[in-house]
Amino acid sequence: MDAIFLQILNGLDKGSAYALIALGLTLIFGTLGVVNFAHGALFMLGAFCAVTLNGILSLSFTTIDDSRTDFLGNPLRVETPYVESWFGPEIGAAIIQWSVPLSILFAIPVMVLVGLIMERGLIKHFYRRPHADQILVTFGLAIVLQEIIKYFFGANPIPTPAPPSFAGSFDFGVWLGFSPGSIIYPYWRMVYFAFAIGIIGAVFAFLRYTTFGMVVRAGMADRETVGFLGINIDRRFTIMFAIAAVVAGLAGVMYAPINSPNYHMGMDFLVLSFVVVVVGGMGSLAGAVLAGFLLGILESFASMAQVVALFPGINQIVIYLVAIIVLLTRPRGLMGRKGVMED
Amino acid sequence: MLGLNKKDTTLLIIVVIMTMFAPFILNPFPETSQLAQFNAGYPDLMQRFVIFGIFAIGFNILFGLTGYLSFGHAAFLGVGSYAGVWMMKLLTMNVIPAILMSMIVAGLFSILVGYISLRRSGIYFSILTLAFAQMSFSLAYSVLTPITNGETGLQLALDDPRILGVSQVAGSIPPASLFGLAMRDSYEMTLGGWAFTFNVGYYLCAVVMIVAFYIAIRIFRSPFGLMLKAVKSNQQRLNYTGVNSKPYTFAAFVISGMYAGLAGGLMVAMDPLAGAERMQWTASGEVVLMTILGGAGTLFGPVLGAGFIKYFENIFSKINDTILHQWFAALPDGIEDTLVFLIHPFIGKGWHLTLGIVFMLVVIFLPGGIMEGIRRIVDLFKRRSPKDEVSGGAVPSAKAAE
Amino acid sequence: MSGFRGTISRRNLLKTTAASGIVLATPTIFTSKAWSQGAFLNDPAKSGKLILGFNVPQTGPYADEGADELRAYRLAVEHLNGEGDGGMLGTFSSKALQGTGILGNKVGYVTGDTQTKSDAARASAKSMIEKDGAIMITGGSSSGVAVAVQALCQEAGVIFMAGLTHSNDTTGKDRRANGFRHFFNSYMSGAALAPVLNNAYGSDRKAYHLTADYNWGYTTEEAITSATEAMGWETVETVKTPLAATDFSAYITPVLQSDADVLVLNHYGGNMVNSLTNAVQFGLRDRVVNGKNFEIIVPLYSRLMAKGAGANVKGIFGSTNWHWSLEDEGSKAFVKSFGTKYGFPPSQAAHTCYVQTLLYADAVERAGSFNPCAVVEALEDFEFDGLGNGKTLYRGADHQCFKDVLVVRGKENPSSEFDLLEIVEVTPVDQVTYDPDHPQFAGGALGTCNPGA
Repeated sequence: MDAIFLQILNGLDKGSAYALIALGLTLIFGTLGVVNFAHGALFMLGAFCAVTLNGILSLSFTTIDDSRTDFLGNPLRVETPYVESWFGPEIGAAIIQWSVPLSILFAIPVMVLVGLIMERGLIKHFYRRPHADQILVTFGLAIVLQEIIKYFFGANPIPTPAPPSFAGSFDFGVWLGFSPGSIIYPYWRMVYFAFAIGIIGAVFAFLRYTTFGMVVRAGMADRETVGFLGINIDRRFTIMFAIAAVVAGLAGVMYAPINSPNYHMGMDFLVLSFVVVVVGGMGSLAGAVLAGFLLGILESFASMAQVVALFPGINQIVIYLVAIIVLLTRPRGLMGRKGVMED
Repeated sequence: MLGLNKKDTTLLIIVVIMTMFAPFILNPFPETSQLAQFNAGYPDLMQRFVIFGIFAIGFNILFGLTGYLSFGHAAFLGVGSYAGVWMMKLLTMNVIPAILMSMIVAGLFSILVGYISLRRSGIYFSILTLAFAQMSFSLAYSVLTPITNGETGLQLALDDPRILGVSQVAGSIPPASLFGLAMRDSYEMTLGGWAFTFNVGYYLCAVVMIVAFYIAIRIFRSPFGLMLKAVKSNQQRLNYTGVNSKPYTFAAFVISGMYAGLAGGLMVAMDPLAGAERMQWTASGEVVLMTILGGAGTLFGPVLGAGFIKYFENIFSKINDTILHQWFAALPDGIEDTLVFLIHPFIGKGWHLTLGIVFMLVVIFLPGGIMEGIRRIVDLFKRRSPKDEVSGGAVPSAKAAE
Repeated sequence: MSGFRGTISRRNLLKTTAASGIVLATPTIFTSKAWSQGAFLNDPAKSGKLILGFNVPQTGPYADEGADELRAYRLAVEHLNGEGDGGMLGTFSSKALQGTGILGNKVGYVTGDTQTKSDAARASAKSMIEKDGAIMITGGSSSGVAVAVQALCQEAGVIFMAGLTHSNDTTGKDRRANGFRHFFNSYMSGAALAPVLNNAYGSDRKAYHLTADYNWGYTTEEAITSATEAMGWETVETVKTPLAATDFSAYITPVLQSDADVLVLNHYGGNMVNSLTNAVQFGLRDRVVNGKNFEIIVPLYSRLMAKGAGANVKGIFGSTNWHWSLEDEGSKAFVKSFGTKYGFPPSQAAHTCYVQTLLYADAVERAGSFNPCAVVEALEDFEFDGLGNGKTLYRGADHQCFKDVLVVRGKENPSSEFDLLEIVEVTPVDQVTYDPDHPQFAGGALGTCNPGA
């Protein structure tokens, strides 16, 4: 029982990342009709916003300490971050430690900018091109973004810890009446889940309750008619692309403490999030979110030792297996609309 | 000739000449010159060019004609390779049984995958094929290690039975061969500063590719091919006219699966090792990129796309700073260092970056792929309207979106 | 007889090349390597150039490790050619190398990208052999690649000096006559770690293994379980994790439900960074089970990877082939010349690659020939010292180096970003030596050396 409870938590957590990326993919696809293979790269860029801000905050000046030596026997060069000298060692250290939450503020303008440049500079020209061309160009872009990050940050993962206040884990065991220590869950992962729910809620509310969102939804359903009404739908779609980029970026920022970011983390998520989108049903935002959480939970269950003992290798293939079963029983995914991306 | 019209015959002859004289064409620079770095006329790369050419030709029969975008084609190449290595382990080092078995196993596997995946179309089809391929890859890498040797890849051993051949020759594994003609044997010819290598394995691959190419032309021009093109342009209308398009797409899927198996078998014949990465989604993505880059739906485009990507992978990744310094050694030091500094990010470990940029440039400026570029150049010389098709086949919408 | 080139008979040859037509027309201008009766492939004396092939991952997750290997190779080439400060040439017990290249030939090199994929690594190695005329291939950062390239070099007839490869199979069931490994292996990690763990954590422990689901993971799990079980530990559970996994929470949480008090992470690279980070996130290190503190062990440490895990490595035991903080003359010389050139200390991958290049050059020099078979003979059962690991033996029976193994622990108070590990114990070579036919290494055969012609 407690094991199952824990795996549900794990699944929700993993599902949060899937759902956020799939949500952005679906937004872009639903509005612009573009298959964006660079979406994983946007997630990765978000995570590297956190790394970058951490680096900026840790910018240091060097003093030479003659009493100690480095590995070559030369006098040790001591690096002191500027923030520590400006605000005192303690506040300075705290600022650096809180760099990940601070990165949210940093990432939003960066991702908006990246989104706008991408859409206006490149994607715009591919609205009416075949999906194959869209895949090729966005895949090329993903490689380029990835290699730029690799050039500056290297290929190794870069540790980006959460603030120390979130370092521990919460003991559900005591809370639910199980033995203490049997169900514990890291605070930061719970923050991630709550954050994801918040973002998803915000996106849905925005589309549902604002005039802007209404127009966008109308445009998704019938772009031409909305255009005839004299509404500049293209501009709104551009803004939606930027919003999708921000969603992916924030998902990346908050994910950085969970697993140290590296330059190819976007590709690792890309294929899975496409599967998520399709299982949810192309063009359905709710479907994308639902499928994200569903696949996250199923993946967690499949990795339990008891399940693997029964079906060897199931933990490696469960997402794909589920995708096949869903697509064979529900032709357009869980909540897909007819006629979208079927030709 | 051979049941082809004049244009196709010309194309086939061009392909025959290009493949037969590849050792010359691909080695344009003298051995000692700095540009020798760009020579591609060594056996391994030449073999890869034609093998991936076959793979892309087969993929194009499905994607170029029917528009069904399979994202899992590498799985067929992978299972074909495994079948091939097993034939060499169990039966004989003669490549014929290995290649045949590769095609058969890949064909059977594509019947299974195609039967299920073709129930859906569009992106749903793509994801189904992707799912099958990723499952094959994951299982081959881990649970199926007894059959696939997992991470390392399936390879030959000294104590393999090889019931129709010999297990070992004087402490070595016998080389893969065609009736005694070892695949790795080469003949080197030095002509002035140039060195040309003629490799047995390459010529086997080249002959197979020419046959595969010929068959592809016949398929493109047959009533069957026309039916496939009809599937691409409007499947619904086709169904309304009472035609069941399913068997046609299914046949195209299996044929292209067997092409992939053939490529896998040849890879094994050239280099007897089958690694699981061959089935990963990136490998499937690569053949998609090859086809689109070269020109989907054109006969020869996919071969060019395959050559292009393999050239980058093998030539650009080997250029390092030392070589750059050699190139620019004649320039003043300051300029030399600046040039090296500017080019450095794009070579060696940065070859991915260059490839990504090339993908973007090609698809932005040449919507029909490399074939479109060639067509434009040809038109430039002929001064004809750019609407004329040179290679025939279905050309994807060549209109830019502006 | 088998050979890379040269087995072709004149008649077959004519048949093959007749297609080009020119051959028959002007036969006099041809000279063929196949007929010149060279004793071995890519003989520098014939081609006039000496090329070593450095085949390392330049793209993909191990690109940084590959970059460090390349730095070490460039340094080795400098030292062999008599440039720089000579590095370990001064401390090496064999004095055959004079800093005048190898056998008087200036050392040149080519580089390639393995992409950490067997196929790509073989393609890259083949192009080095076929196009650039490389006489020796070295490098790599994973066992799958090492085994695949080693088999290729055996078939082609050049020497392979393995880079970083830790799986037992490289010199076990997949050993080859033309291949040599300086790096240590899973068995040695187990044998070195077990006594240290016994001292630190006691002999009554219950271990839970998470193992990367591929070949290296299997051999490491086997080595660690058998070594720890021999001293009284109990293995509660062994779980395979997919290579592609990035989030290990689903594998960590079941540990909470078991009564295990030790977690062994048979992971490397990105897998290790993530699984260790996740394990610490889940508070495993703060747990008390069976009245004992819960402990985590990482059998194979790499400084580059430890950096990715940040503060999470503190106090965690593991083993490593070499570390820059070693105080022997060889290590100090190497760290000095590497650090002076590049500004930071070398990794263990860099060390093993540097040493392998020197060992190859020295063997050629002692053998007096580049012929792979002569080199194999010179390296087999060669004893040396002064290359950073103390007295070392290149065993002839399986081409594995036998030397001291370092047991290390994540440092509590690192003084710099490179100072992440501290050496706990230098396990003497006798303790990690095993029989060539040990069950963990059985089933392989070296075969005979192949000179390629």
